[in-house]
Amino acid sequence: MAINNPNLPNFSPAVESQGGIGTAPVSHVAHGHGEHDEHEHHDQHWMWKYVFSQDHKQIAKQFLITGMLWAIIGGLLSSLFRLQLGWPEGTMEWLKPVLGHWVEAGKLNPEFYLALVTMHGTIMVFFVLTAGLSGTFSNFLIPLQVGARDMASGFMNMLSYWFFFLSSVVMFASLFLETGPAAAGWTIYPPLSALPQAIPGSGMGMTMWLVSMALFIVSQLLGGVNYVTTVINLRTRGMSMSKLPLTIWAFFLTAILGILSFPVLFSAALLLIFDRSFGTSFFLSDIYIAGQALPNQGGSPVLFQHLFWFLGHPEVYIVIMPAMGMVSEVLATNARKPIFGYRAMIGSLIGISLLSFVVWAHHMFVTGMNPFLGSVFMFLTLIIAVPSGVKVFNWLATLWRGNIRFTAAMLFAIGFVSLFISGGLTGIILGNATLDIQMHNTYFVVAHFHLVMGSSAFFGLFAGVYHWFPKMFGRMMDEKLGYIHFWLTFAGVYLVFMPMHYVGIAGFPRRYYAWTGFDAFSQFADMNKFISVAAILAFFAQFIFIINFFYSIFRGRRATENPWNSTTLEWTTPIEPGHGNWPGEIPAVYRWPYDYSKPGSEADFIPQTVPYSQTQSSNLPYEKDMGE
Amino acid sequence: MAHDVSLQSTGTATLDAPRTGTWDGGNEPFKASYGKLMMWFFLLSDAFTFAAFLTTYGLIRHKHAVFTGEAKDFVFNTAYWPIPDHVFNAFPGLHGVNLPLAFVALMTMILIFSSVTMVLAVEAGHRMDKADVQKWLLWTILFGATFISSQAWEWSHFIHGTEAGTTMADGTVFHGANLAANQYGPVLFADLFFFITGFHGTHVFSGVCLLIWCFIATTNGTFHKRGHYEMIEKIGLYWHFVDLVWVFVFTFFYLV
Ligand code: HEM
Ligand SMILES: [Cu+2]
Repeated sequence: MAINNPNLPNFSPAVESQGGIGTAPVSHVAHGHGEHDEHEHHDQHWMWKYVFSQDHKQIAKQFLITGMLWAIIGGLLSSLFRLQLGWPEGTMEWLKPVLGHWVEAGKLNPEFYLALVTMHGTIMVFFVLTAGLSGTFSNFLIPLQVGARDMASGFMNMLSYWFFFLSSVVMFASLFLETGPAAAGWTIYPPLSALPQAIPGSGMGMTMWLVSMALFIVSQLLGGVNYVTTVINLRTRGMSMSKLPLTIWAFFLTAILGILSFPVLFSAALLLIFDRSFGTSFFLSDIYIAGQALPNQGGSPVLFQHLFWFLGHPEVYIVIMPAMGMVSEVLATNARKPIFGYRAMIGSLIGISLLSFVVWAHHMFVTGMNPFLGSVFMFLTLIIAVPSGVKVFNWLATLWRGNIRFTAAMLFAIGFVSLFISGGLTGIILGNATLDIQMHNTYFVVAHFHLVMGSSAFFGLFAGVYHWFPKMFGRMMDEKLGYIHFWLTFAGVYLVFMPMHYVGIAGFPRRYYAWTGFDAFSQFADMNKFISVAAILAFFAQFIFIINFFYSIFRGRRATENPWNSTTLEWTTPIEPGHGNWPGEIPAVYRWPYDYSKPGSEADFIPQTVPYSQTQSSNLPYEKDMGE
Repeated sequence: MAHDVSLQSTGTATLDAPRTGTWDGGNEPFKASYGKLMMWFFLLSDAFTFAAFLTTYGLIRHKHAVFTGEAKDFVFNTAYWPIPDHVFNAFPGLHGVNLPLAFVALMTMILIFSSVTMVLAVEAGHRMDKADVQKWLLWTILFGATFISSQAWEWSHFIHGTEAGTTMADGTVFHGANLAANQYGPVLFADLFFFITGFHGTHVFSGVCLLIWCFIATTNGTFHKRGHYEMIEKIGLYWHFVDLVWVFVFTFFYLV
């Protein structure tokens, strides 16, 4: 354990935060925020406590565990298609017992290959990195860090999980369809997705994909409005917007992005459902199938792409911003330094959020869109590098000369920064329309977004789990296993995705089932094998984490109240907070969340609940004068 | 706490007390309960759903040819987008009379009136005047239901079409409209009409259901016991939003 800090602070916490810590739970009458009487279940049936719980902490765990199950499924699917790409001549006969008729004569069925990449993308982007990541940590941390008993509406929060659950069930069931799950890519472009007769996966699989996504969007909205209102209305006394931890800012803006962009996907999905099932022509025109003209006239498939990417681009930030917030928090805590440029960090999050709505067409440079429009989108896209750069610079400056404790969470946070830089640089290349026309739909794009979004967000997720595990389960995760997990994953990710840039520049296309028929690509046989080996090893390394996770829930070392010597509010709750979070009154907040190693202070951190009157020696001039 | 006296609402802080300004936590900065905020955010997202549909309408319409001749010479043809005046010119009970947009104007008026009665219901709720709340809710429900019925008539007329019909590209004569063909113009004209007015109509219908529920709860005294009629305010927000959206739908389909 890297924590051996002799400077445990000996402040008496602010009078108010004393409340009844350690005393019997006080009734919720003391609750400052109105109508929460519906939370008053004391001796609840286990059903209400663990299954249909309205406690945000329990709901967070439900999101996390469901997300982990999805991550295993998503990872397994990718291992399957990596087998196909790495060993094009190999036999898959041994998988027949599992895959049944999807293996034909020892080969993966090509249609099934498309279904695999589609489901892998859908699962990872939406079910793991949106619901599993933001669902988990927005739920867990918002009430705890703003100082609230629970989310604004515990009931809607519960519904949010159960809609996600239903959506998961539908998507999972679609994997077992005779005709296979959806196979039009995670971006489900029509006409492929709009014509049920186009490929097997465009039939029932696509229908279930759309139903599942509709449920998923409902879940996102229920969660999103809850997160936003909780941050606005339920902050504890003293917790102004400029005293919020960066995690909360990130979750807040993420929720707003979701509220504004998911409905547009909903619109697109609804229009697509009509095209598929009711004979409309919104996205269809001039289509011939086997020489036969379809009657649909006048629609536009490019319109679908506009609608999809109006969600799709903000969606990538919905995935990454929670990770950014958590990484900021973990870096500052473990570097024992205030985050560098707190206000710039908030400003850049806001900048990214705004810009993310005006760059969507950079995914469409090759659609035949007006080149002038393309250059406008190119310009706006490249501007995103500015706030992204601000963030990276501030993370590095936070680490600079810090008193770094290399906890597992810290390693993953640093790993996040590294991956975000590597993947962000290729974003700038792709953002140039002239270069993208060459690079579009090659493995270069795959490499870009797997580093900058896929892997980074996973690293943020891991950092979050290692860091907040003691608050979630009252026990610590094993640090040694954490180190092993980190190094294997970190090395694995670079070994998988770096070579993809190389083959991508050479034109190697994405979503191709077989590449052996192209002379130009046969030279990449070894490279593909290498990537596949690394990918499968990196995937199996994740079981170290899973074992560590479940083992520690039951057998981990018991946590103390504030194991990382952190300043934020969640660490002022009892080790395993009950429903309502604080047994006594909710503490008030006096200072920002980053008073680490403050000059003049004896302790190397000052919790947000400590009033300035107790820290005369370290108060800055303007803090000294406050109120005088 | 010893320093409670210093908890003034000026927003300044002493060394010993948290700040207490509008955005300093421990209160509702927009002076709105969480429920109302949630309704606002929901409406914001719903606005984006509608915006996506109306953008779709705009782009698809832009893609189609327009009729270039004199408005009086206009005839239906699948080759160009129709002029709304010629499509929506019927009035219930006045068979064969040419009244461009008269009926839809009436529908719009009814919906706008329902917003007024909604405001009055909310206002009565503030006064805790149960009888008045009931009265104005009933009027709102009535106007809402009338709007939906009118829309049903409008749809039915649109679907059945004119007696003359239109000769289609393949030489057959087609009357009225469905999702795959229509006598008024390109397929997408009717597709969009059904889809967008239908989506809006579904919203009105949900609104009427919610209002009926509010009416029952008011009658049972649920809100009175609760001490406030905030639920009606929240549903009222929704209702005004749906009316506002109609103004846009109306503009897109009937005016431009
Ligand atoms: C400097 C910032 C960035 C720029 C300029 C940028 C630019 C681009 C461009 C132009 C493409 C389209 C490539 C193509 O399809 O031909 C792309 C794809 C993508 N980017 Fe980025 N990007 C940036 C950062 C990010 C971040 C932060 C994320 C996620 C957290 C992300 C996620 C993605 C994803 C998922 C795709 C591929 C979607 C698909 O086609 O399946 N990008 N990026
Ligand atoms: Cu993008």
